[in-house]
Amino acid sequence: MTAAASHSPPSGFLARRLQGLRVWWTMLVICLEERLVYRGDFVLGTLMRFLPIVTQVFLWTAVFGATSSGSIAGYSRNDIVAYYLLTMVSRAFSSMPGLASGIARSIRDGSIKKYLVQPVDYVGYLLAARIAHKLVYYAVAILPFAGVFLFCREYFPPIPDWTTIGAFALSLVLSFLLGFFMEATLGMLGFWFLEVSSIVFAYMLVQYMLSGHMFPLDMLRGIPTGVAGVSVADVVRFLPFEYTAYFPAAVWLGKVQGAELVRSLLVEAAWVGVMIVACRIAWWRGTRRYSAFGG
Amino acid sequence: MTRYLSIFLTFARACLVRDMTFRANFVLECVTSLGWMAMNLAFYLLVFTFTPEIGLGTGWTKEPFFAFVATGLIINSIVQALFMPSAEELTEMVRTGGLDGILVQPLDAQFLLSMHRVDFSAFANGLVGVGLLCWAIPRLPQPPHPVAILLYPLLIACGVAILYSLVIMLAAATIHLGRNQSLYDFWFYLTNFSRYPAEIYSGPWGGPLRALCTFVIPILLVVNVPARVIAQPLTEQGGMMVAGTVFAAGAALVISRWVFQAALSKYRSASS
Repeated sequence: MTAAASHSPPSGFLARRLQGLRVWWTMLVICLEERLVYRGDFVLGTLMRFLPIVTQVFLWTAVFGATSSGSIAGYSRNDIVAYYLLTMVSRAFSSMPGLASGIARSIRDGSIKKYLVQPVDYVGYLLAARIAHKLVYYAVAILPFAGVFLFCREYFPPIPDWTTIGAFALSLVLSFLLGFFMEATLGMLGFWFLEVSSIVFAYMLVQYMLSGHMFPLDMLRGIPTGVAGVSVADVVRFLPFEYTAYFPAAVWLGKVQGAELVRSLLVEAAWVGVMIVACRIAWWRGTRRYSAFGG
Repeated sequence: MTRYLSIFLTFARACLVRDMTFRANFVLECVTSLGWMAMNLAFYLLVFTFTPEIGLGTGWTKEPFFAFVATGLIINSIVQALFMPSAEELTEMVRTGGLDGILVQPLDAQFLLSMHRVDFSAFANGLVGVGLLCWAIPRLPQPPHPVAILLYPLLIACGVAILYSLVIMLAAATIHLGRNQSLYDFWFYLTNFSRYPAEIYSGPWGGPLRALCTFVIPILLVVNVPARVIAQPLTEQGGMMVAGTVFAAGAALVISRWVFQAALSKYRSASS
């Protein structure tokens, strides 16, 4: 057998699938190793994310202390604390720091061209890198998360039934995919604009507010839009952002149940599908108009 | 001192020229910065639809609280404009070895590393803060005492000094960690504690946290003291807090200088 023959592409569907899986696994391992190089920075960054929750807990405790009502927008003080903690879990899945800006940078400096000439799917590579990032993050964060949740257990309602837990887990997986494909699509706008930092920042602002990361979206129910019978909350429900923070938390707290829960999960899955298609179209059309810069 | 001021003004002029070269980008940065601020203001307005004040009997009703928010905007915009861009660059300089070039300059390394970049777009939030303060002051339950008006700029300067010290110490951590991409995040999360009145930190956990953020890391003095002086009646306790803030600002500058120098002495070049 010649050297050329030994390196020829594998024939057969199963062999090609296996090779694809092997490439994907190698990418995952490389990304894991890369993440672990700067361990100190990574651990510090992970632990810090709990700090804003502390101020939110004290802020809402003060707000509840100054109001005669024991409930705000259907949330007790304990519900609010539990909600913020649960959105931390949601965000641990759906947030994609540096993804959009990284893609735009690769387009701008020309480094993306190596993915155009290699038999590697760029979006698949990014997905593997992100899964690696998340795996390392969960490995580091699981202890602080467990500690904080144990410490704050009295704020939580009783553990829900298995169906709700399953729906919660599914909503988290979908929120990861939704967050990934939304940001990846945003990054691919770099094919048209080159510099997308301002667009990314604007997206982050909108996302932060309308995802429910800042406050439970139910609080917007009383805010009118100017159209009779339509609140700001009704408008926000038509957008995909709530699935990246509010929705999983609301599922665990039992704010979304029964047919509404099934419908919402289907809508979330549909948004994931829409964003996958949008990302693929952006990649396909972007690479066709792309001119490589840099050496 | 005059020499350093002249060099700083040269840096600032160069940054302004650079910003004005890319005017559209400058305007976009101002707009996005204002967007972030507007979002926070919207959140506070939302909170006040559910409660008349932040904490029962604290006096932080809507107008005093917005004076508090305005004070925070002014202080943070100064720090963001003057010090943060340079501190963020330091993290990359350590990793790539670019710090070597700074250390051989015949100037103070801390000055060069913390003040060579000015982000003029960050002043946009400060201007809105001044506007918000002008809106809130005539609507306060009690007009500010003339002494309070005199003390206010001094306390703003103290707040800036405390935050600058914190930035410098966080930047110094870069030298030990090799890379500190989380510098900006850590800054954001830490200053988060100063975004609300100190009274919200009460109870068995809030009390110790308030003491920690007042006496150990004096982050709660940064906005709380100037905002209290301008938005609430002057009291004897307030006078002590003013003295404490001035002392804390001085101490923070000295300690951060020492920490930064100690970190630099541990620096090993990463370049070839």
